[in-house]
Amino acid sequence: MAVVPTDQQLIDFVVRESRLLDQQRLDDWLDLFTEDGHYWMPVEWGQADPRLTTSLMYEDKLLLKIRVDRLKGKATYSQSPKSRCHHMLQAPQVDERDDGEGRYVTWTPMHYVESRADEQTLYAAWVTHHLTTVDGALKIRLKRVDLINCDAALGSIQLFV
Amino acid sequence: MISRYRGNRQAISALVRETEVHRDLYLDQELFELEMEHLFANTWIYVGHDSQVPKVGDYYATTIGAQPVIMVRDTPDSVKVLYNRCPHKGTRLTGDTCGNVGRFFRCPYHAWTFRLDGSLAAVPLKSGYDNTGFAESHGARGMTPVRHVHNYRGFVFGKLSDVGPGFDEFFGEALSSIDNMVDRSPAGKLEVAGGVLRYRHACNWKMLVDNLTDTCHPMIAHQSSAGTTVDVWKSAPAGARKPMAVEIYAPFASPYEFFQTMGIRIWDNGHGHTGVSHSIHSDYSAVPGYLDQMKAAYGEERAKAILGENRHNTVYFPNVTVKGPIQLLRLFKPVAANKTLVESWAFRLVGAPDMLLERTVMYNRLVNAPTSIVGHDDLEVYERAQAGLASNGNEWVNIQRLYAADEPEQRNVVTDGTSEGQMRNQFRAWTKFMTMGA
Repeated sequence: MAVVPTDQQLIDFVVRESRLLDQQRLDDWLDLFTEDGHYWMPVEWGQADPRLTTSLMYEDKLLLKIRVDRLKGKATYSQSPKSRCHHMLQAPQVDERDDGEGRYVTWTPMHYVESRADEQTLYAAWVTHHLTTVDGALKIRLKRVDLINCDAALGSIQLFV
Repeated sequence: MISRYRGNRQAISALVRETEVHRDLYLDQELFELEMEHLFANTWIYVGHDSQVPKVGDYYATTIGAQPVIMVRDTPDSVKVLYNRCPHKGTRLTGDTCGNVGRFFRCPYHAWTFRLDGSLAAVPLKSGYDNTGFAESHGARGMTPVRHVHNYRGFVFGKLSDVGPGFDEFFGEALSSIDNMVDRSPAGKLEVAGGVLRYRHACNWKMLVDNLTDTCHPMIAHQSSAGTTVDVWKSAPAGARKPMAVEIYAPFASPYEFFQTMGIRIWDNGHGHTGVSHSIHSDYSAVPGYLDQMKAAYGEERAKAILGENRHNTVYFPNVTVKGPIQLLRLFKPVAANKTLVESWAFRLVGAPDMLLERTVMYNRLVNAPTSIVGHDDLEVYERAQAGLASNGNEWVNIQRLYAADEPEQRNVVTDGTSEGQMRNQFRAWTKFMTMGA
């Protein structure tokens, strides 16, 4: 990949990220994040602060790795039987690009389905990717997932939107 | 269906034995409805914190058991709790969960208005009620207040019925856990802050309360989260500073001995707490500047005594628990025999460094969120228990661990931290308040 990604390359990256989640290639997925990258799922509508307001998830790479390793573990009772997930993306849009700084922001409305045993749950979300390039490869600095019902009483979400 | 338990105190009492309880406590919908009528009416139920309604006219809509209620600031110095229905047609008076109504509640249906104490202020086209005897009607009485309300250091509790003990008698020594949480503020004051997490559970509310003093499950059910955390952290570079998140997760994987020696204190009326000598919250890193603020506020000896208490979970029977050392409150709202809404509320220690609130909200999302890897395994075992109890192979749930025949007579005792004595204490209180005055 060129050092300066095209809009199409940014879009392809976002689409591939969802594909890795659907296929549960979670170690490959984890590699998409920068070392200081975060995954953020706010609990409040339009939430600005992840530090002094709680969230559904606000995880650095260490916490994401714990999550991924746990999903593979034998004593992970809530994953017996295992969950599956499906991302249905609307075409991602490139909202911001700063080639000099290597900062890119995309916006992707999506429907997300998580299923386990006989249950299936549909979520709707807008996902904002803050991307950068590291050694020529695109990486995620921040993936922000705004659920349409972020402040509702939810059941378990066990995989990654 | 033939009523098995209504009007049958003996049948209800027979469900709780010294060392086992009948599965109907978790499965039976009639029993659930009787809990709402008796247990959740004869006891003091947590409504909310008065910092949620700081200004006159501020309200917060919630439930006491199955009853929709509103907590409202009616004067600068007082908070009322009112049943949330218009006395006219029954319309719920609030749409949003919280907000400010100004000087009056105004029904969105026919614009009847009510003062903040619930009394009727005005009815449009009032002449239509002339000579109808309206003044003697239920409608003219306005919004019905909850009969007994007590604000303890900001924590507002309500009791729906006249049956059952007064506030101080009901809670007794148990209030020391709220005291410790409030005293941890250099200003002696808490504020609700940092957002609330709400998590739907397909299980009976008592499974959650039982679990809050169950110290033989973390090293099993949370091996997947806490054990994985310990494993992942092992590969951290030598000398790396342990992150707050690892400090929070790792102690869940502590061995049995850690929980045995922490102790459980058991109070009257179903209250009790784990973590008498230490807890999973004991070894968090110090927050810069905080101890000095506490010494300045309380003096060194008292400050150290306050911060030396590291109670794990305190159960305020029947359905709320607090964690003083990290300023969290969990409310288990009963919805049906097999449905519970769990709300986890965080508090700011007024006058303390922001890093304490940062830890509180981090703990909340790591442990109590619908996306929590700790919560996932807890819910899994609750739901499997809810399903497994349908089995006719055995109708009883065992709560025998470290039982002693003389324990029902003991008061304010400290037991081995792995005892199920606090669960037995809760079930004795369950029978007491289910059958009281019925």
